[in-house]
Amino acid sequence: MSLASTLAAASGPPSPGPADFNLPAIFEVGALEVTKPMVLLAFSAVLIVALFAASARPAAVVPGRLQFAGEMVYGFVRNGIARDNIGSHDFQKFVPFLFAVFTFVFVNNYYGLIPVVQFPAMSHIGFPLALAVITWLVYNGAGIKQHGFLGYLKHETVPSGMKGPILVLLVPLEFLSNILLRPVTLTLRLFATMFAGHLLLLLFSLGAEYLLLHSENTLAIPAGIASAILFVGISFLEILVMFLQAYVFTLLASMYIGEAVADEH
Amino acid sequence: MISTRLVAATEGEELNPLIPHAAEIVLSAVVFLLLLFLIVKFVVPGFEKAYKERTAAIEGGIEEAQAAQKEAQAALEQYNAQLAEARHDAARIREEAKEQGAQILAELRADAQAEAARITAAAHAQVEAERAQVVAQLKSEVGTLATELAGRIVGEALSDDERSQRTVERFIAELEESAN
Repeated sequence: MSLASTLAAASGPPSPGPADFNLPAIFEVGALEVTKPMVLLAFSAVLIVALFAASARPAAVVPGRLQFAGEMVYGFVRNGIARDNIGSHDFQKFVPFLFAVFTFVFVNNYYGLIPVVQFPAMSHIGFPLALAVITWLVYNGAGIKQHGFLGYLKHETVPSGMKGPILVLLVPLEFLSNILLRPVTLTLRLFATMFAGHLLLLLFSLGAEYLLLHSENTLAIPAGIASAILFVGISFLEILVMFLQAYVFTLLASMYIGEAVADEH
Repeated sequence: MISTRLVAATEGEELNPLIPHAAEIVLSAVVFLLLLFLIVKFVVPGFEKAYKERTAAIEGGIEEAQAAQKEAQAALEQYNAQLAEARHDAARIREEAKEQGAQILAELRADAQAEAARITAAAHAQVEAERAQVVAQLKSEVGTLATELAGRIVGEALSDDERSQRTVERFIAELEESAN
């Protein structure tokens, strides 16, 4: 309470908000403004492909260091996520998609913690939205291919073992949650955590800077130190959250696919 | 409400982070699909190939080891069988040798006994023959001697006992002389 009043009393304290995510354009191509997250996003693909292509190229039975590291990530997605959730029968054809999702989200999240770069691209809602829509197309497409259009609709909306008038209530609910809301929640979960995390880091880093260097209030120095410590703590939390969000996005995508292609649920 | 916010966002005063930029959606989709394509083309085949080869190598190694073990087992059994056979053969040969030895010994013994008997018999026969010859010779000589002795005794005066005694003694001395 005292901290908040101190901040309020000081003249011109920083107040990071959504505007801080709207970075000025680096350059313009025609009418299109190219911003930092766009460049980062494009670079992430280059980075991922370069790294993993180099890792996968030897394809040796006894892997070298780079191949081993690449296989660890690939095996984590392939065996730990895809096979466990889709089943060993037909998980193989979804592995590239899930691997791309995981690495793409992972790299674009960790941009937020890399010095100088320091901007999680996934905090711009357009990026996770596109990813969620593609995921939606993939799992619905896989389900329709497996069961046919009507068969898939029945598969997703009619819970097994349910009969009678209760279906009038259940079918719209299932349709809403399994078909309509999944891309929305996928998008919002990833976007919101990255957005909030970056906002927190901004708040505590700018706050610490302001309190330690520009404020003349007597409480400013201890508050600034506390703010800097919190910044470090939240950075560590973000390390965890950034991985978890990449993992959760991939995990949910694989679960949606697994459910869609399952014989009976 | 959304439209007013959109207006606000375009004006740059009150930004709503929930309103996506169309350019960003398109860019993200394009970059992601490109990434997916490149991963399908360059990343996944390598890793899958390594997995497959590793699995094959491990399974091949296990099979090889099992085959080798089976082979070793077969060889061991074969050796054991051969060893048993060899032992059996050795025992049989030893038995045969023993039997043959005993047989040879018995034959030798029989031969020796026969030889001994033969030699004894020959010796007996020779002794008998020599005795018979001596007896025959003695018989004829005793006759002659007796005749000669009788003649001499008769030729001399039978009344003279001393003389006849001397004649007998002389005869016996001659006889002994001739014998020597």
